Amino acid sequence: MKGTHPSPTDRDDQAVSVRAVTRHFGSTAALDGVELSIAPGEFVALLGRSGSGKSTLLRLLAGLDSPTTGDVKVPQERMVVFQEPRLLPWKTAIQNVSLGLARDNPTEHARAALAEVGLDHRLHAYPSTLSGGEAQRTALARALVRDPKLLLLDEPFAALDALTRIRMHRLVEALWVRHNPAVLLITHDVDEALLLADRALVLDKGRITAAIEIDIPRPRELGQTGFLGLRKRLLSAIGVHDAPLPDEIPPTRTAPAENVPSIVPVLRRQLA
Amino acid sequence: MLQSIDPPAPAATAARRASFGWLRVLSPLVLLALWQIGSSTGLISPRTLAAPSQVLESFGSLLASGELEHHLLISLGRAAKGLAIAVLLGGGLALIAGLSRIGEYVIDAPVQMFRTLPVVALVPLFIIWFGIGELPKIALVTVAATFPIYLALYAGIRGVDAKLIELAGVIGLSRGELIRHVILPGALPMALVGLRYSLGISLVILVIAEQVNATSGIGYLISDARDFMRTDIIVVGLLVYALLGLSVDVLVRWLERRLLSWRPAFVESAA
Repeated sequence: MKGTHPSPTDRDDQAVSVRAVTRHFGSTAALDGVELSIAPGEFVALLGRSGSGKSTLLRLLAGLDSPTTGDVKVPQERMVVFQEPRLLPWKTAIQNVSLGLARDNPTEHARAALAEVGLDHRLHAYPSTLSGGEAQRTALARALVRDPKLLLLDEPFAALDALTRIRMHRLVEALWVRHNPAVLLITHDVDEALLLADRALVLDKGRITAAIEIDIPRPRELGQTGFLGLRKRLLSAIGVHDAPLPDEIPPTRTAPAENVPSIVPVLRRQLA
Repeated sequence: MLQSIDPPAPAATAARRASFGWLRVLSPLVLLALWQIGSSTGLISPRTLAAPSQVLESFGSLLASGELEHHLLISLGRAAKGLAIAVLLGGGLALIAGLSRIGEYVIDAPVQMFRTLPVVALVPLFIIWFGIGELPKIALVTVAATFPIYLALYAGIRGVDAKLIELAGVIGLSRGELIRHVILPGALPMALVGLRYSLGISLVILVIAEQVNATSGIGYLISDARDFMRTDIIVVGLLVYALLGLSVDVLVRWLERRLLSWRPAFVESAA
């Protein structure tokens, strides 16, 4: 549980410090006593079922929402990439990236950022003409051009097709290595967390219930040594136990974790 | 049973489209021909409706004398003045109501109340207030054209994607930048719909306004012709209104193409 419970003295060294945070919506507690620290430059993945409070936590860190009780410390320079690219449809890619950029020569910086995500040929394209992957890369460029100390990624690859997602994983890792912001990635995908993160956290019913160090050397590949063991640990931390499924049912690689428990009994019944 | 779905032969579709194209031009021409035949054979009395040839002739002579241009310019001037005030007034009210909660409370309720009043019913009141000069005519156009602009722009502002507004906060836009770069462009498609409505309704109201105590304008031309049973001139006036409506539509389409070039439909057709 390294880094999850920092002593009060080193709080200021952290990129993110969340202490005893709760967030209630009416009588339901979306977050119920969350403790979280992220070191500068650390890549943390946050997993959990739908409704576990992942997005609530991300919105608190982004400053889009405030906690009911507790204390959230985040850097001023923080950026969010949402599941949808959220590009302004009436602005071109480069205008979307440079909009609101408070520095000299915003257009030049935007051009460089788009080149970095491999979109130097789409600078003046309107969002409606971009593919899903291109739009999400533009959103990534818009975040990175602002040199965030904390980058919040809210399931940014969930809506992309599998091949695009693989390329996005590599791109995000390369950008993280180069710019080195602290990253919090919300994901449903256990393999995505294992490929990218230094540490995986599991959120369940508004509490962080597991923290798993991912010490696989980079660059990582699916099926690398140590991968399977961590995968098993992480899945069981989420509450997906290696169900005794019949052999002829191949496990789906990217099945959203929350679907698995409900599907298992159905399969069993059908195959009985 | 398998059903085969084949691509249509390209020649066949082109030919079909060509024949439809002919029909579009042909049917009005047939109607026009029937009208002319009816008038020439005396079936349609000139007191009921003048013959197309007669209408064309009057059109030519009104143009040659400069009378038509004179009245047209006056009508256009009134419409433009009324509309300009309406755009400022309706747009301004919509901005205040759309962008602030207090503005919404103060402005939206009375506007929603007044907009259901039939504008034509205001004519007597406006004559008492503004006399019979230019002012009541322009005021009528203004009143009629303000509401569509207000309603459309207000709905457009409130309809801007909340996710984009949230994003503007994330990338640190100021309130001014938010309005300029996110809210106004997002509301623009709706605002143009409102403008289209307003342009249309300002012409309709002009017809009514110019037939009450007017001494100039296309509406006057029509009501004057009525007194002399000149159906040919009445039809000329109607034709001018129709042409105005058509030009208004062309104008708004042009504006949309220029201002909304980012929209998928326009992007595709431009590519």
